[in-house]
Amino acid sequence: MNKALLLGVAAVFLGACASERVVLLPSGDGAPGAVVVRDQAGEIRLDQPYAALKRTLDSNRVYQSSPQEVSERYGQALAVQPPRPSAYILHFESGGNVLTAESQAALEVIRKEVAERPASEVLVIGHTDRVGSADGNARLSLKRAELIRDVLVDSGVDAGKLETVGRGESDPLVPTADEVDEPRNRRVEINVR
Amino acid sequence: MIRSHWALAGAAAVSILASSPLWAEQAGMVKVSKGAVSIEREGRKLAAGVGTPVQVADRVRTGPDGSVGVTLRDNTLLSAGPNSLIVIDRFAYDSVTQEGKISVGVRKGTLAVASGRIAKRTPESVDFHTPTSILGVRGTEFVIEVEGDGDE
Repeated sequence: MNKALLLGVAAVFLGACASERVVLLPSGDGAPGAVVVRDQAGEIRLDQPYAALKRTLDSNRVYQSSPQEVSERYGQALAVQPPRPSAYILHFESGGNVLTAESQAALEVIRKEVAERPASEVLVIGHTDRVGSADGNARLSLKRAELIRDVLVDSGVDAGKLETVGRGESDPLVPTADEVDEPRNRRVEINVR
Repeated sequence: MIRSHWALAGAAAVSILASSPLWAEQAGMVKVSKGAVSIEREGRKLAAGVGTPVQVADRVRTGPDGSVGVTLRDNTLLSAGPNSLIVIDRFAYDSVTQEGKISVGVRKGTLAVASGRIAKRTPESVDFHTPTSILGVRGTEFVIEVEGDGDE
């Protein structure tokens, strides 16, 4: 579609219909966020909580929205926002595939959460430290993930909910030089969504 | 090993061998569904109850009493209010490398978004669009509203 045509279509659309609106919300984890809205005229950046943009045929109006307006206009959408995914990290005793006692206990919490969440899905991610070859670590990390998957399945989690991946040494919790023995990086991460 | 791309290549190869076919086209899953909610896929209309997979190219529609919450595979949370039409134009996510792409259209109604892993890692790979604008995301939460009766 060429630009003039796109502009024409946009004008017809906004002419025929009312308006569009975007409101930036405070982020769940408190990290600063922003939304950049682009149209044929340029771009507008919203980077403060409740900063809002209302677009109609011939105007872009930036204004400060409020929790009240958001709740009135978007309350029904926000009310069905899925539960936030949660993440757990399980650690292994050194030199093997035996979970630490703490991590063993965490498994029970995870099993319960998987059972209680609606239509839960679980991503099991294995990681290694940087001792040994990258290829070998990729395989080892997947083995660790599969081991935990099997433990979860044995404890009653539906195997169809589980996906396993191995990230090898590529995604360390604590970055190190090569060949460093770092227990905190020998782990399995479990993401429940 | 020193070069991390070998780690990624190795991990990716292993994951292709290991992963189940389920993940190939699936973008996400319906986690919350109230009232009339449907997914239009290849000309068919499916009821979209809790646990329904959401695929690329799906059109998710809510009725006057409908609302729906979907979690995408990269942990992006999408939720739409009544009288909405949301289209999953593109979605790809490699859970080994955490790379991917998202493009979601809001044709009408309301959509709340809490962005996920892809937006965190490569925000330039994520966009949301309305009939007249494109939204780029910088790791964040926001709401979009398109008033009118656009149906396509």
